[in-house]
Amino acid sequence: MPHKILKKQKLAHLVHDFVIEAPRIAEHAKPGHFIVIRLHEKGERIPLTIADTYPEEGAFRMIVRAVGKTTYELCAMKEGDEILDVVGPLGKPSEIENYGKVLLIGGGVGIATLHPIAKALKEAGNEITTVLGGRSAEYVIMQEEFKKFGDIVITTDDGSLGMKGVVTDAMEYLVKEKGINFDIAWAVGPTIMMKFAALKGKELGIPKMWVSLNPIMVDGTGMCGACRVSVGGEIKFACVDGPEFDGYQVEWDELIRRLKQYREKEEEAFKKFLEKAGDLSWL
Amino acid sequence: MAVKRQPNKTPISEQDPKVRIHNFNEVALGYTPEEAMQEAQRCITCPTKPCVSGCPVHIDIPTFIKHIKEGDFQGAIDTIKLYNNLPAVCGRVCPQENQCEAQCVVAKIPGFEPVAIGRLERFVADWEAEHGELKLPEIKEKKGKKVAVVGAGPSGLTAAADLAKLGYDVTIFEAFHKAGGVLVYGIPEFRLPKKIVEREVEYIKRLGVKIETNVVVGKTIPVDEILKEYDAIFIGVGAGAPKFIGIPGTNLNGVYSASEFLTRVNLMKAYKFPEYDTPITIGKKVAVVGAGNTAMDAARTALRVGAEKVMIVYRRTEKEMPARLEEYHHAVEEGIEFHWLRQPVEYVGDENGHVIGIKCAVMELGEPDADGRRRPKPTGEYEFIEADMIIEAIGQQAQRILLDEFPQLKRNKKGYIEADLETGATSVKGVFAGGDIVTGAATVIEAMGAGKKAAKAIDRYLSGEWNPWE
Repeated sequence: MPHKILKKQKLAHLVHDFVIEAPRIAEHAKPGHFIVIRLHEKGERIPLTIADTYPEEGAFRMIVRAVGKTTYELCAMKEGDEILDVVGPLGKPSEIENYGKVLLIGGGVGIATLHPIAKALKEAGNEITTVLGGRSAEYVIMQEEFKKFGDIVITTDDGSLGMKGVVTDAMEYLVKEKGINFDIAWAVGPTIMMKFAALKGKELGIPKMWVSLNPIMVDGTGMCGACRVSVGGEIKFACVDGPEFDGYQVEWDELIRRLKQYREKEEEAFKKFLEKAGDLSWL
Repeated sequence: MAVKRQPNKTPISEQDPKVRIHNFNEVALGYTPEEAMQEAQRCITCPTKPCVSGCPVHIDIPTFIKHIKEGDFQGAIDTIKLYNNLPAVCGRVCPQENQCEAQCVVAKIPGFEPVAIGRLERFVADWEAEHGELKLPEIKEKKGKKVAVVGAGPSGLTAAADLAKLGYDVTIFEAFHKAGGVLVYGIPEFRLPKKIVEREVEYIKRLGVKIETNVVVGKTIPVDEILKEYDAIFIGVGAGAPKFIGIPGTNLNGVYSASEFLTRVNLMKAYKFPEYDTPITIGKKVAVVGAGNTAMDAARTALRVGAEKVMIVYRRTEKEMPARLEEYHHAVEEGIEFHWLRQPVEYVGDENGHVIGIKCAVMELGEPDADGRRRPKPTGEYEFIEADMIIEAIGQQAQRILLDEFPQLKRNKKGYIEADLETGATSVKGVFAGGDIVTGAATVIEAMGAGKKAAKAIDRYLSGEWNPWE
């Protein structure tokens, strides 16, 4: 059954906020879960994350950045359009409990993935500090939402908002200058950001850091092994063993390499798409 | 009636190997009506009909063949459909040489081959699809009871069809976006055209079965909810999870499970990239590890998507190979190379982390193991096989999601569901299971047989005749 786009809003250039009709996902998704979508009969299956759920409306929210053919196509869709397949919620939920002082680190649209986790951690009684990072001010999404959970520190690459720098600079500031002893951390964002956040977290003595991995997937239900990652020397499937793993144990360079497996094909498909798509400067 | 019986099966025309390695069209082209009637003449309609007991769903084979002899193809398909809901599939993918045809009396005559039962079954199923309306069987009065079937593969589709015929309200929940299970994600187009699977699924829907795709039971709908809402449940989630040998280099780029490779190509149609969005990067030299049917499928698929050279690497020999002989012959005809007695011990990569070859231990055959096959043992020698793409096809294991979310369900040592093989009854009241998720990876028809038995048992349970949990 196709899933209707109930609402759609542009947050920044190439970053779009969707509300998608999917009553079962809205009802059963827990923080940390993800979904797999396929736009149309000829589409590929891609994993995306859930930014929020609205069980009463039978819908969930997702924030997507257009980076390749499928995400461009998705972001070019309009309210009222339908996505052919949406399956989920998939993966293991986050381990939510009252840890004490929690550090959340979000980068780009990874901030959206962090949102339900932050909400649940807040409800569980944690004291939350969030670092939100982006290339420039417009890419630092969901600032208002995160302010509700506790203090936020913003970093931008170009210094257009908050600290000029990257999330690891903010981590250093919070631990070394403000002297906060975090009990646990979550980092969600681009793989390279999570890698360096994990290295920094370890260096700063934060006892544990969860990361939410986004490797290439096909089915998302443990049936193919495309998403395998090495964690603590063991092969894990991100779709059923994750997507959250102990960031200090992930073999990051292998993951980054595996993410590039289809680079050439992805570029080929994207180029072909752009030739036909017409003007997409509004995206 | 003195008919001279031909010792050999009536040949089936096939696409030329040189042509077919460049397309995904079906390899075997099927019998013409004349060929089918000629082949049917080879059946001696023996009174003992051992072929029937060789069939996991006990099709009345002599009767359907008799109809073909008489040119009554509708009668033949009607007979088959009393027993089998997916004849066009079974006629193509059943290992008849180990089942019905293995028992055929004609083959007991020195120098004679068995009757080509599989080809005849395929012929009448295709004949029906081409000629007019699919006939629906009698559907019993509605019983007002609901059955949930988890998984739209061979066992689930069969159980659902039989239960619908008996008057139950049946809903199948399928995790993928398409029904068919291994028939759509695993078996390639050139062996089982997806149009045929769609046709058979359509037939099952017309029996009144509801199919909900994109539902992962345990996630999209929690197990408790299903248990509460349905009077009985049949689990047929299969053994689709890939196994890896787990040797160093498994996570190099270019190393695939057969499940991923075949899912990309079959279900997602990566062979039509970029018309379809799912890509596949094919190597020049492809090595497939393993020698079962899945390995043959992967190797022959690799050839068709453009590999220059495809090799099968297997730790035993041709004699111990688990693939069907027919699949092996097709692979040989198509130019697949076979490297026997080679056990991969490491995948070797280049400086970019892309695989360039396999370090193999050279093996020799030792003493027979539990299943009678001679066990391979290392000779101490090694060999390097160059390959820029590796596809591991060493077997599958239980699909995990549902089992992880259903801890009450008892499992055996290998992680499969513990269920009675005659009824499918599990440790949980009202829950039945069958197919690969009970037996481990087996054949399509065996899974269908399990689905049939479970449907019968579910009917007895829901009519209050029998309750194994009391």
